Amino acid sequence: MSAPTLATNEAQQRPGQLGSSRAKNSREGFARALRRNLSAHAFLIGAVLCFAFFSWFPMVREFILAFQKTKGGQTTWAGWSNLTYIFNDPAFWQAWRNTLLFTGLALVFGFAVPFLVAVTLNEFRHGQGYLRMLVYLPVMLPPVASVLLFKYFYDPGYGLFNRVLQILHLPQQQWLQDTHTAMLSVVIAATWMNMGGATLIYLAALQGIPGELYEAAELDGAGLLRKIWHVTIPQTRLILSLMLLMQIIATMQVFTEPFLLTGGEGPEGSTTTVVYLIYQYAFYFNNYGSAAALGLVLLVLLAGFSAAYVRLSRSSED
Amino acid sequence: MTTRTLISPAQLGRTRGKVVYWTVFAVVIAVFTLVFLGPLYWMATGGLKSAQEFVQAPPTSFPKSLHPGNYSQAWRVMDLSHLLLNTLWYAFGALAFQLVFDVAAAYSLSRLRPVFGKLILGMMLATLMIPATVLVVPQYITVLDVPLFHRNLLNSPWVIWLPSVTNAFNIFLLKRFFDSIPGELLDAAAMDGASRLRTLWSVVLPISRPILGVVSIFAVVGVWKDFLWPMLTLPDPGKQTLNVGIYSLASGVPENWLVAALGIASLPTLLIFLLFQRNIMGGLTAGGLKG
Repeated sequence: MSAPTLATNEAQQRPGQLGSSRAKNSREGFARALRRNLSAHAFLIGAVLCFAFFSWFPMVREFILAFQKTKGGQTTWAGWSNLTYIFNDPAFWQAWRNTLLFTGLALVFGFAVPFLVAVTLNEFRHGQGYLRMLVYLPVMLPPVASVLLFKYFYDPGYGLFNRVLQILHLPQQQWLQDTHTAMLSVVIAATWMNMGGATLIYLAALQGIPGELYEAAELDGAGLLRKIWHVTIPQTRLILSLMLLMQIIATMQVFTEPFLLTGGEGPEGSTTTVVYLIYQYAFYFNNYGSAAALGLVLLVLLAGFSAAYVRLSRSSED
Repeated sequence: MTTRTLISPAQLGRTRGKVVYWTVFAVVIAVFTLVFLGPLYWMATGGLKSAQEFVQAPPTSFPKSLHPGNYSQAWRVMDLSHLLLNTLWYAFGALAFQLVFDVAAAYSLSRLRPVFGKLILGMMLATLMIPATVLVVPQYITVLDVPLFHRNLLNSPWVIWLPSVTNAFNIFLLKRFFDSIPGELLDAAAMDGASRLRTLWSVVLPISRPILGVVSIFAVVGVWKDFLWPMLTLPDPGKQTLNVGIYSLASGVPENWLVAALGIASLPTLLIFLLFQRNIMGGLTAGGLKG
């Protein structure tokens, strides 16, 4: 908040100009403040109304719904029964296991791969523009296109991936149709679709590392790996932690990729995620109460990560 | 100008360094081209194959006979022009609403500083802490019967446009940019008797072109890529977006037509990307992290 603004400038000018009558001064000041506020709020009103109707009100409603029950058009308070219902649903625990598996695998691929790619690309003196464009290309595709493409690649009969395995003399896979590989297949597709953003952010961070640090490390006799460990990673630690938190928050909410690839559930429910279960409760079973209760559980679990994220990004701005 | 990176220039200058550099470079170029352009090549050629050839194992790398008619069939049977126009209408409408409401709000919060301004900003930013998918159910119930107005917004463009305004990240980006505009510039405009709206229009907006570009691209791409929300709120097949429309017709058409349709659906965003590449990739990093 360092930039001077109209409001503070006006306030600073006032005492010097009018000093005679205190009462008159304050009344004029009040009228001016009122006018200033009216026009300022006029500028705000559109966005505030949209937030009120489509963001703040639904937020409050989420909490109310979680403790309500609707039966035969009658809405009543349900106490904790929505929560006990979802905790007793076997699908609940499976959905959490699947979601954590997705998040874990997505971190291995979606966190490590873009960083390694960025470190490699940053060394190139040629073709960087082309490579950056390639990595970011899938981010721009409509998800239905990239996901359905992968669905064809995963086809056990005529799919491209089994053909590649065949050429390499590796055993064929059932990919999305096997409970063991279904989630991994979803993660591979999701990584291809989304890694571009993270890669470009890491690249920007890497370009901010002062070259002298590497020179100093070399004088100390550090090799390639030790330079990465002692210079690159510490210098990008903040952006790495922010991206880590952001990816945890995003991947815990995965829905579109498994929904389009396996219809949501997958073989024996092996790709049912928490958000897919929310969707099922709400729109298959018309059970808004349980959907809201499950949403609340997700919200509480992610609140810690969100708070850590906000804190870290604040500290980065100082 | 090149900045010093991980590998020292001296090391790269040696013959061994050069050999390693060019080998790694060639491998990376080849692998990346294959991994990221390969699927697009497969999509473009898959749409040209005959239905039989498409499901043939092993898959062919180039169509034996070309069937460009698949593209026109897909365009006609899946009514892609309609879906495309719908999506454009939603995306650019959302862009207009975001530009008007979010820019005005950010300007007010940054420069006019109304009472409760800080509280309002805090409440807007707080929405970033709530996982978006958690809000989908209460938001859906809200648009079924909007409080006070008692309107059902299902199947109307408002259901996309109005919630798109609640983009706290855009407001934050805009406000941060407006904060950095020197106060003297705005004071000078005020001295010349410009109203607040006039100052915003002729002083603030012209300087803010780069950030407006970033926000606009995010707004359009956001609607273009969204899936769950339009699937829930636009169930009428005549009102659907490209994503949802193609998904719901996917099982009813031959595979080669479907892949042709995917190619057509990808084309507009690919064009936007190639045209605005610099702004998009620059905005991503300049705007910080997008959640």
